[in-house]
Amino acid sequence: MAATKASKEQKYDRQLRLWGDHGQETLENAHVCLINATATGTEILKNLVLPGIGAFTIVDGHTVSGEDKRNVFALTLALMLQNRAQAATELLQELNSDVSGNFVEESPDKLLDNDPEFFHRFTIVIGVQLPESTCLRLGSVLWSASVPFLVCKTYGLIGYMRLAVQEHTVIESHPDNALEDLRLDQPFGEFKNHIQSYDLDSMDKKDHSHTPWIIIVAKYLEKWLSEHNGQPPKNYKDKEAFRQLIREGILKNENGVPEDEENFEEAIKNVNTALNPTKVPSAVEDLFNSEQCKNITSQTPDFWVMLRAVKEFVHNEGNGSLPVRGTIPDMIADSQKFINLQNPPESISEKDIKLFCKNASFLRVVRCRSLTEEYSVDSVNKDEITSCMDSPDSEMVFYLMLRAVDRFYQQHSRYPGVYNYQVEEDISKLKLCVNGLLQEYSLNVNIKDDYIHEFCRYGAAEPHTVAAFLGGSAAQEAIKIISHQFVPFSNTFIYNAMSQTSATLQL
Amino acid sequence: MADAEEPEKKRRRIEDLTEKMAVDGGHRDSGCDWDGRWNHVRKFLERPGPFTHPDFEPSTESLQFLLETCKILVIGAGGLGCELLKNLALSGFRLIHVVDMDTIDVSNLNRQFLFRPKDVGRPKAEVAADFINSRIPGCKVVPHFKKIQDFDESFYRQFHIIVCGLDSIIARRWMNGMLISLLSYEDGVLDPSSIIPLIDGGTEGFKGNARVILPGMTACIDCTLELYPPQINFPMCTIASMPRLPEHCIEYARILQWPKEKPFGDTSLDGDNPEHIQWVFDRAQERAAEFNITGVTYRLTQGVVKRIIPAVASTNAVIAAACATEVFKIATSAYIPLNNYLVFNDVDGLYTYTFEAERKENCSACSQVPQDLQFPPSAKLQEVLEYLTENASLQMKSPAITTTLEGKNKTLYLQSVKSIEERTRPNLCKTLKELGLSDGQELAVADVTTPQTVLFKLNFTA
Repeated sequence: MAATKASKEQKYDRQLRLWGDHGQETLENAHVCLINATATGTEILKNLVLPGIGAFTIVDGHTVSGEDKRNVFALTLALMLQNRAQAATELLQELNSDVSGNFVEESPDKLLDNDPEFFHRFTIVIGVQLPESTCLRLGSVLWSASVPFLVCKTYGLIGYMRLAVQEHTVIESHPDNALEDLRLDQPFGEFKNHIQSYDLDSMDKKDHSHTPWIIIVAKYLEKWLSEHNGQPPKNYKDKEAFRQLIREGILKNENGVPEDEENFEEAIKNVNTALNPTKVPSAVEDLFNSEQCKNITSQTPDFWVMLRAVKEFVHNEGNGSLPVRGTIPDMIADSQKFINLQNPPESISEKDIKLFCKNASFLRVVRCRSLTEEYSVDSVNKDEITSCMDSPDSEMVFYLMLRAVDRFYQQHSRYPGVYNYQVEEDISKLKLCVNGLLQEYSLNVNIKDDYIHEFCRYGAAEPHTVAAFLGGSAAQEAIKIISHQFVPFSNTFIYNAMSQTSATLQL
Repeated sequence: MADAEEPEKKRRRIEDLTEKMAVDGGHRDSGCDWDGRWNHVRKFLERPGPFTHPDFEPSTESLQFLLETCKILVIGAGGLGCELLKNLALSGFRLIHVVDMDTIDVSNLNRQFLFRPKDVGRPKAEVAADFINSRIPGCKVVPHFKKIQDFDESFYRQFHIIVCGLDSIIARRWMNGMLISLLSYEDGVLDPSSIIPLIDGGTEGFKGNARVILPGMTACIDCTLELYPPQINFPMCTIASMPRLPEHCIEYARILQWPKEKPFGDTSLDGDNPEHIQWVFDRAQERAAEFNITGVTYRLTQGVVKRIIPAVASTNAVIAAACATEVFKIATSAYIPLNNYLVFNDVDGLYTYTFEAERKENCSACSQVPQDLQFPPSAKLQEVLEYLTENASLQMKSPAITTTLEGKNKTLYLQSVKSIEERTRPNLCKTLKELGLSDGQELAVADVTTPQTVLFKLNFTA
């Protein structure tokens, strides 16, 4: 057992540095469902099997076609097993012996007919190349069961993803540019004393150059405040003057030439961020004011319970500020003692609270609209669609084309332009679908004929490089949902391989 | 439910079947192409369309070009390389060479999916080639367990397109320099047939980029050196006096305590030696305890000492996919290629940014303009050396400076050969005038960042 644990640590080392052991644990406890083992589907799953999800189940009623066989994963076993689900399962399992794979040789429609609760067991369901009707049916079932649903489609050179999750909370969002929590504008009691213990003017040269830059900024800030009526440097002019003030504090040698004091340089460099006013980020304020935070019941998820406690802290002991993040170590311990929870649920440990406080500035909540809302004439997001379509280069046109193509499939039981002889004649048929779509939703937008021609030309092809791009993208979004770390997109993502551009849309 | 066959037996069964299929289908290029195999590719080669490249002409011959003639070089068989080989092979490319100087490590297995636990220790290029060749009928990947510097122009000249999945900027610059050296100019005009497109991909955690370089025509690697993020180095005053992060404690042990205490004699710190890492880890923990800092772990210690870059399968999949799409576009003229730089980040949602990196007029690699060196004659050679290494657009690693004096080739300073370094070291303290250099003198500088020497012209200032 110990041997396997050590070798898993080695194998997963590079990714553990991103989401930690606790993140890895969530992956290993996850059971992912993939519907349709197409090139896109197997690519997505490969990128989930490699990092070690606990289990996957492929739902696919298709047999392996000549086109599928070019997919390395379906390829070789196709000879013995004509079933795509089984072929993909075996090959994917080969990638990581820690993962268990299952398959169900059934179309999702059949499962929805006979056993819709089948899908309730999954941590996330990923539906690939699904026709519209299946997608909506499944979406509705998963929405009611609060199972996250990720819809993916590769269509010619266009990639599409849609996330449907009611409410997804993120404590560890790992923002790229997290500013340090220095609080120099509101120095904490103990820190204030600490600053007092330094007297720059009476120090010898060595101590002067070794004084930490934070202390230098704090000291000079005190000086500034006393000279400016308690007002900290606010605008660019002030900050430049403040920097100059610090610069003048650099020791000079007997010839009046400034010495090489790295700590002073560091202080000057960090003036902007060090002077950031300490306040609760607006995103967090919004969370404080949300319904879930205001109405705590016995059913409320832990995230909101802890958030409420932090809100109380901010309004009381915190004096308007969040608990100290702990960037300056002496300051960590005390503030967290003040988090009082009313009848804390057993599920919340001290460790949980510490983690929550450390990340309080960066909490995020993602809410997506349901597919039903997106597709319903009453609630379609007309504003988003029309405003995007105002820009000539917007990826929104591809979203509309994908919807039109789905219509085409509904009407003709096939996709446009699959065979060469169909390309020309399908253009006018697809155009009718486009117009029908725009009319039904009262969308006053114009779609150039070029796009209609291009989508017939695609012939519902699933080129491997586009499938692979989507495979990486979708897998990481699934990992975000499973681990609750990093922030998932919301709610529609379009990738255009022709121009190598992408967009995230709210639909 | 998949049966409980041992992985090894199963793998062999899969390979036997592939061979059987190939033999049955006739193991010749077109013979192993079953019905529908290349449908998804054909649609883009045989049908006209409104967004294709102006040069594009639909034809059934383009597919044959991919399958039988187009030669691609993949540099690196790691996170990006494995994905690239798979993408290219499944898009119809069959004549592929792959170069990688590394062997497989356990920590590769979370993303370099052409490798299995039993392959640990074997050369990446060879295992990758084996896998692709045995699983994708018709594909002929030729592996090279070598460094890119082991090959010369005659090797690189044979390829139509080169795509890189490297993990080092130095290697990228070398490759960049090599392709630039292949360019031929007639009367100052670039001969387009001497251009070999270079597609370069890079990833780090959840970030990545892909770029298309047409040497001599578009921005090259050196044109945009400043785009590469600098290494994270913490300020010494923080490390020495006021650590706040566990990393500060580890750097304290590595930079200050190790040289002072020499725990294993005169040996330098070896990131791959567990005893060394353990020592650093223990010292870092002591310091962390002193300052009430949490978070010092063995893993973090190793990461800081070895400068480990975190990596996952997904980012590599995305970037390699974008690169392979560009290879396809360029090889077939199906669409206008990326012009010319794509940035990707999926920490918060998914973010891409596409822009045209501009050529630098006086780029030291691709501009053909002799580089200017402005120094007073009283400047010491040491200052010139520092300029070459510290200047943001040059960033040389250990430049070797030579010149011609009195008709003879003279080495002013060279670091890489110990005896020559010792012999030329005194020159560093001499002034340019003392060394006999004159205004307008040409200095030839060699460095690991380029296969060709870079010519500099000395410009004496007052």
